[in-house]
Amino acid sequence: MTPPAPGSGSAAGARPGRSAVETADAVRAGRLTAAAVLEEHLAAIEARESELHAFNLVLADRARAEAAAVDESVAAGRDPGRLAGVTVALKDNLCTRGVETTCSSRILEGWKPPYDATVVTRLRQEGAVVVGKTNLDEFAMGSSTENSAFGPTRNPHDPTRVPGGSSGGSAAAVAAGFAGLALGSDTGGSIRQPAALCGVVGLKPTYGLVSRYGLIAFASSLDQIGPFAGTVADAALLLEVIAGHDAMDSTSLDAPAPSLLEGLDGGVEGLRIGVVSELMDGVEPAAAAAVEAAAHALSAAGAKVDRVSVPAAVYGLSAYYLIAPAEASSNLARYDGVRYGLRSEGPGGSADVAAMFAATRAAGFGDEVKRRIMLGTYALSAGYYDAYYGQAQRVRTLIIRDFDAAYRSFDILLSPTTPGPAFELDAKTSDPMAMYLSDVCTIPTNLAGHPAVTVPWWPEGSGLPLGIQVLAPALGEAVMLRAAAALEAAAP
Amino acid sequence: MTADTPGWETVVGLEVHCELRTATKLFCGCPNRFGQEPNTQICPVCTGQPGSLPVLNRMAVEMAMRIGLALHCRIEPSIFHRKNYFYPDMPKDYQVSQYDQPINIDGWLELPSGGRIGIERAHLEEDTGKITHVGGAGRIHDASHSLIDYNRAGVPLVEIVSRPDIRSAAQARDYVAELRSILVATGASDGKMEEGSLRVDANVSVRPRGSTEFGTRAEIKNVNSLRSLVRAIEYEAARQIGVLSDGGRVTLETRHWDEAGGRTTSGRTKEQSEDYRYFPEPDLVPVAPDAAWLGRVEAAMPVLPAARRSRLAQATGAPGEDIAVLVETGLDELVLAAVAAGADARTAVNRATNEVAGALETGTPPPPATFARLVKMETEGALTATQAKTVLADMLRDGGEPEELARQRGFEALASDALADAVSAVIEANPAEWERFKAGEAKVAGFFVGQVMKATRGNADGGAVTAELRRRAGI
Amino acid sequence: MSPESRPSISRDDVAHVAHLARLTLTPEEIERFTGQLAAVLGHAEDVAALDLAGVEPTAHPLPLMNVLREDEVRPCLDRDEVLAQAPAAEEGRFRVPRILGEAP
Ligand SMILES: [Mg+2]
Ligand SMILES: [Zn+2]
Repeated sequence: MTPPAPGSGSAAGARPGRSAVETADAVRAGRLTAAAVLEEHLAAIEARESELHAFNLVLADRARAEAAAVDESVAAGRDPGRLAGVTVALKDNLCTRGVETTCSSRILEGWKPPYDATVVTRLRQEGAVVVGKTNLDEFAMGSSTENSAFGPTRNPHDPTRVPGGSSGGSAAAVAAGFAGLALGSDTGGSIRQPAALCGVVGLKPTYGLVSRYGLIAFASSLDQIGPFAGTVADAALLLEVIAGHDAMDSTSLDAPAPSLLEGLDGGVEGLRIGVVSELMDGVEPAAAAAVEAAAHALSAAGAKVDRVSVPAAVYGLSAYYLIAPAEASSNLARYDGVRYGLRSEGPGGSADVAAMFAATRAAGFGDEVKRRIMLGTYALSAGYYDAYYGQAQRVRTLIIRDFDAAYRSFDILLSPTTPGPAFELDAKTSDPMAMYLSDVCTIPTNLAGHPAVTVPWWPEGSGLPLGIQVLAPALGEAVMLRAAAALEAAAP
Repeated sequence: MTADTPGWETVVGLEVHCELRTATKLFCGCPNRFGQEPNTQICPVCTGQPGSLPVLNRMAVEMAMRIGLALHCRIEPSIFHRKNYFYPDMPKDYQVSQYDQPINIDGWLELPSGGRIGIERAHLEEDTGKITHVGGAGRIHDASHSLIDYNRAGVPLVEIVSRPDIRSAAQARDYVAELRSILVATGASDGKMEEGSLRVDANVSVRPRGSTEFGTRAEIKNVNSLRSLVRAIEYEAARQIGVLSDGGRVTLETRHWDEAGGRTTSGRTKEQSEDYRYFPEPDLVPVAPDAAWLGRVEAAMPVLPAARRSRLAQATGAPGEDIAVLVETGLDELVLAAVAAGADARTAVNRATNEVAGALETGTPPPPATFARLVKMETEGALTATQAKTVLADMLRDGGEPEELARQRGFEALASDALADAVSAVIEANPAEWERFKAGEAKVAGFFVGQVMKATRGNADGGAVTAELRRRAGI
Repeated sequence: MSPESRPSISRDDVAHVAHLARLTLTPEEIERFTGQLAAVLGHAEDVAALDLAGVEPTAHPLPLMNVLREDEVRPCLDRDEVLAQAPAAEEGRFRVPRILGEAP
């Protein structure tokens, strides 16, 4: 089966028949209006949103105004920018001034941020049209978008299945043609895993390449914002727009935004590609087979492919489920009912401030968030810090070392993005550990701070996509995307 | 019973929180300004809006470095931690503070009276917002609710932690007073305890004199002035001696200084203390001043109080207390400039210590050259001491030139001609006494001075009259 | 501590942690979370058991240092816009129920 080619009317539905790169070119050249592009997407939303629930909020009116402004710009002879008229869906953990931003949590329901995230500002500067805020696992904690306080998102390819998570709404929005592009955030795989399960391209940039200012924090040392797109080139375009230094984020790399679209079709001739043994173990046979087939295709295209070991990667999941909850327990302390969001004073009603804090947080957070807050609080608490948090940070050092060693012999690495295709709703909701295992292949790159991208791969005879993950060393986005483009061309 | 109870020794360590005089807050560009309308100096960062991120203020780091240099600390690569606890004045419900890798470690402060107090560390951290309790006369426990203003949240602080080297309430006061003048001298602090820009917590314990072990300490909070610091330490030491003398045990706890009641009251015990779950702040990166940066900060360091005291002592030979007052009040530069302009050192010190220092709250010190002219007028006899003080008071209040002010006051008659005339007249009128003076009866001088004073209605200078009498008698 | 000697997380631990994290939990929730947290911590024992004495911890994936901002004033937020999002406000300030405990 072929991936849902633009306009093919596949299971994914009515994705308009052009890429974001083509849309922007056509709008800038005056061959197409932003308004027309937007109406196509709004029609797709109208057709399937009630079934899929990709959005927490559709911004039709605002989007129409933005599209009109783009068209006016073109009419006036000005260049609206590199994303002229391209619709973008924003994960609902990206702050938008005056527009509700909830993290799919009761605790932030109705909250209107007093500022825009840096990525949102950059999108607007390049003429993008924001169509809405997409659903996610509450505070990005989850792998299925079932942990949303506002109900789950469904997979456009099979609505009985999850879209993955936590950026499930963004993945589904692009797969279903609700938007030309989307932004998500990836802490342990939250872009790549849903992209794989929804059959779209999803990219986690090098830590520090994209400003986190305005991304509502889950785990600060792991979080990165990245693109969802229908094609590798579209992902490259969106990353070019959002990447680059931001003085508002101390962890932002002081380097110019990379040039990615240029040279994207350079091929993989002579590239040394390693298939990560540790990430092939324990995945479903179909997932392993897809990677073997992908490796084969790259080899046929001139790459030198071999197996490589990243031994410490096997500790990634454990280390992640100590580090991420620890940081989250602190990042989520601020939701206390004082400055914004929900306040609950408990059953009595006349609580003191400490009781108000505890009642607010009990009422506002869902179970998964509570679990992770408690796990992280425990991992940081007196007597346990060294055994858990401290030890996990040392494992992080090992993982970085082992990746460094692998990248001495290989330019990029290859692995499955997920252990298997999209699972049924409710299949893993009662067993947190089973859910956590969905991210076993994506987590090591977050711990290392490296980039990785997933490219859709539709196994023969299956109605569900898988993803091939291409990993690269820090700031290796260009070579990584070149390989991804080759994979995209070779995909069945 | 007092802290000086024979057989007992008081041991004090002090934690001083110093608000830095930066233009902006520690992690955001909001103004660092006291006394503004509530919640008008706020932004996403200092109100802990979801998604906001901190960026460190270079000037705050440099001020911390200056403080470290002034306290003879080692300046080290440092990182920030999060100190996690829930309290409504903390917008993120954690405080960003330096924990096990502070920027300044291991220094000392020399007291003006001699002796060194060790400095364990001086680290950077952010201040909290300000809570106002409503109802119940503004007291926390009786309040119906509270209101929060985040203008102060995120203001940069340096917390200076002394070693437990202080041995009395008076020494604690001297330490804070000296620390305060050092902080002011570095330009890092305005030193205003009453506005809360310097806040002191005192760790107090007692032990049998001669013992080398430390007793259990209490941490005293809410000490807002040097006077309350002395009272609180004296009270607390006496309380602990009482407890121990009665065979009891001192509890490790925080205690609040109750200014009105003149006592400390029990707060939270160590068992009830929070588990802060410190961990490295992932939103910030390490600060490691290199040699070049450190060199630039070092080169820009002002002369510090200890050095200023010895410089002033050398230039004037004035007594220690006067030197201390002048450096403390920053008037040493005035005196040095006046002396350099030819004024008599002792007179300059006296006028600066007594008149200028006393009027700093209400008046403006004259420019050094103007002050020097006033001092010269006094030493050259153009003004009596009393007149010089009067003219100086006018200058402090309204400004102006000493010559002009003296003329307005009618003090110009005191030119040496007028003095000579007055002396001649008195000698003529009292020939017998003059003979006795000439014969060497020194105490008769007092009679003549009194007569001259009477004749000039107090406008003569006693010293100048005596000098004139001796000149004429040839003695 | 070796994995054999580390006792699994108890209900009391969970209750204590819930207090530290300011989460009111029902006894049923404590019971359920105890089992779930024990499962995750059990998985983490492979990491806890590693001998990593000579390995430096990584707090940060990037080797950045001395990221500083000049001491220059930037525009503040509008107070009304910020207070409009607060659950309760009074006299230009955020209003909270009475505070019983002192600041730590
Ligand atoms: Mg402190
Ligand atoms: Zn601010």
